[in-house]
Amino acid sequence: MRKETLRIHCSNGHLGFAPTKEESFWIGAKTKPDYYCCDSGSDDIGPVPLGADKCASHHEWQKHDLELMLIAARKQGVPMIIGSAGDTGTNSRVDMYVDFIRDIARRHKMKKFTLAYFYSEVDKEYLRKKMKAGEIVEGLDGRSDLTFEELDKTDRIVAVAGVHPFIKALEMGADVVIGGRSSDACVFAAPAIYQGFPENIAYYCGKVLECASFCAEPYGAKETVIGTITRNDVKVTAMHPAQRCTVASVAGHAMYERTNPYYEYVAGGMLDMKECVYEQYDEKTCRITGAKFIPVKGKIKVKVEGSGKVGERYLGMAGIRDPYTIKHIDEVIRWARDQVEERFSGKEYKLSYRIFGKNGVMGDLEPVKETKSHELMVIVEGVAPTKEVAEEVAMIGMRQIFYARLPEVKGTAGTAAFVLDEVVEVSPAYQWTMNHTVAVDDSMELFQVYTTEIGE
Amino acid sequence: MKSVKLVDLAKTIRSKNAGTDRITFDIIFRKKDNYELVKKSGVLTKETVAKLYNISESRIVDFVEFDPAFAIKFTINRLVPSGSFGEGDIFGCQQYPPLLDIEVPVEE
Repeated sequence: MRKETLRIHCSNGHLGFAPTKEESFWIGAKTKPDYYCCDSGSDDIGPVPLGADKCASHHEWQKHDLELMLIAARKQGVPMIIGSAGDTGTNSRVDMYVDFIRDIARRHKMKKFTLAYFYSEVDKEYLRKKMKAGEIVEGLDGRSDLTFEELDKTDRIVAVAGVHPFIKALEMGADVVIGGRSSDACVFAAPAIYQGFPENIAYYCGKVLECASFCAEPYGAKETVIGTITRNDVKVTAMHPAQRCTVASVAGHAMYERTNPYYEYVAGGMLDMKECVYEQYDEKTCRITGAKFIPVKGKIKVKVEGSGKVGERYLGMAGIRDPYTIKHIDEVIRWARDQVEERFSGKEYKLSYRIFGKNGVMGDLEPVKETKSHELMVIVEGVAPTKEVAEEVAMIGMRQIFYARLPEVKGTAGTAAFVLDEVVEVSPAYQWTMNHTVAVDDSMELFQVYTTEIGE
Repeated sequence: MKSVKLVDLAKTIRSKNAGTDRITFDIIFRKKDNYELVKKSGVLTKETVAKLYNISESRIVDFVEFDPAFAIKFTINRLVPSGSFGEGDIFGCQQYPPLLDIEVPVEE
C-alpha cells in the first residue's frame, strides 16, 4: 500500500566522527520512524584518510553509533541506511562496516536480516580509458579538467553515489544498507523515492536532514532530528528537549558547507531551493515547501574524489618567547630554511613553517600584519619521498630555529623552546587530486550492490 | 557617523569548507532589521571582502544575499585544496574572524 507520510530518523550528520547523543536518539526512536538513516562521510577531513585508506573517526564511536541504529531498526523491523561508510566510503571501509554490523548482530543475537552493501571505488584505468577515448573528466569548483598527469598522481578514487545504488539495495530486499561514498542527501532521498514520493520532496528531505541537529537551534551537534514527508511538504522536527527546528535554523542550514544556498547538485540532477518557503509548523518543527528537483539533461554525471600521496611526513614544534627573536621571526625562518637547503640542495623535499601567533591559522589571508603576541609556536612540516629524509628535513628545520643567528640576540644558549626535542612521524602527506565529474551511460556503472544474510 | 561592529549585529559569523577547493563564509542575522542595515550599508560586498582579505575579487566565486535566513554568504577559492602540504586550517573554520570587526555605520 502506498504510504501517505514517511518519517526518517537522522541521529548524526557524520556517523562515528563524534558519538551520537543517546537521549534524543531514543526520543526519536520511540516515535517509530519508517527509516533510520545516516551518512558517515565527509571530504572535510582532508585527503589523508582517502589516500591512505583509513578512517578519521574512532572505531569505537562508529560501532557505538551503528549499534544504536541497528538495535532500534531491528527492534522495529524497519530499514537502516548508511552512506559513505567509515568517513571515505572506500571498499575497505564498507567491508569494515559490514563486519561491525555482523558483530553487533551476533552480540545481540538478532534474528536473520538482509544486508546490502555497495562499493564506490573507481579504478584509475576506467578513467584513463574514458579519457583516451576523448571523454572529458570535468573539473568542479574551478578545477581544470582531469589530465593524465593528475590521474597518475592519484592513489585512490571514490565515486559519490546518488540515490541509485540505495534504491537498488532496497529493491533487493535490504533491511540494512551499507553504502560506499555517497551524497549525504541521497541517503535520505533514496528511501523516499523508493516509497514513491516525488523527487522534489525526497531530495529536499535529504538536504535538510543530512547534518542531523545542525538544522536545529540552539547549536548542539549529534542530536536526532526527524523528517516527515508527505506528497506536498517536508517537516523537520528536533528531538532533543532543548532544541527546535525554526525557520531561521533550517534556512540557515541550507547554506552550510555549500557555495550557494539555492542549489544542491547530486548524481542525476540538481535541487533548486530558490522558491523554498519556510514556516514554523509547531514549537519544534519547521515546514518547508517549494523545492524543485531538476533532473540532468543527457548523461548522468557522477562526482569523483581522488587523493594522491605527496610524500612521507614529519612534524616539529618550536616555541619562541624572546621578544627580539619574535620581532625577527622571518629572518629566523629564513636562516633555518637555508640550513635545510644547504643539506638537501638538489634533492626532493618540502618544508613548511606555520607560525602561530603571527599568521599560522590564516596564512596570506591574515589581515593583521603586526605581531603582538609575546610568544609564538612554529610548526615545522617536512615532507620527502622517504621517511629518513622527511625526518631530517623536519629536524634540521626545527633545530635550526634554536641556533638562529641574529646579531643582537641576548639569549645565546638557544632561541627556541621545545616541547619535544624530536620530530614526530605523522600520516604521509596527501593531496586532493580529483574533484571532478565523470559522465556515465548507466547510473549503476560505478557502483556494485551485493547482499548477504546476517543473524541467526 | 556612529558605527557598530558586525559582531554586535550578527547572530552567526562562520567559515567552513565548501568541498575540497573552497571556503564559504556565512553572516547570519537574527532579525530582518540588522540584515537590511548591513545589506544597505555597503560595508559587506565583494569589493570590501576582497580588500579585507587582500585577495583579488576573482577569488570570490559567489556572493549571495539569502533573504530566507537573513544571511549574507560568500565563497572563496582556496589556492591549494584543503589538507595539502603546509595546511593551517583543514576545515576552513577559522577564517572568519577578520569579519567580526567590520564597522557598520548606523544612524544616530
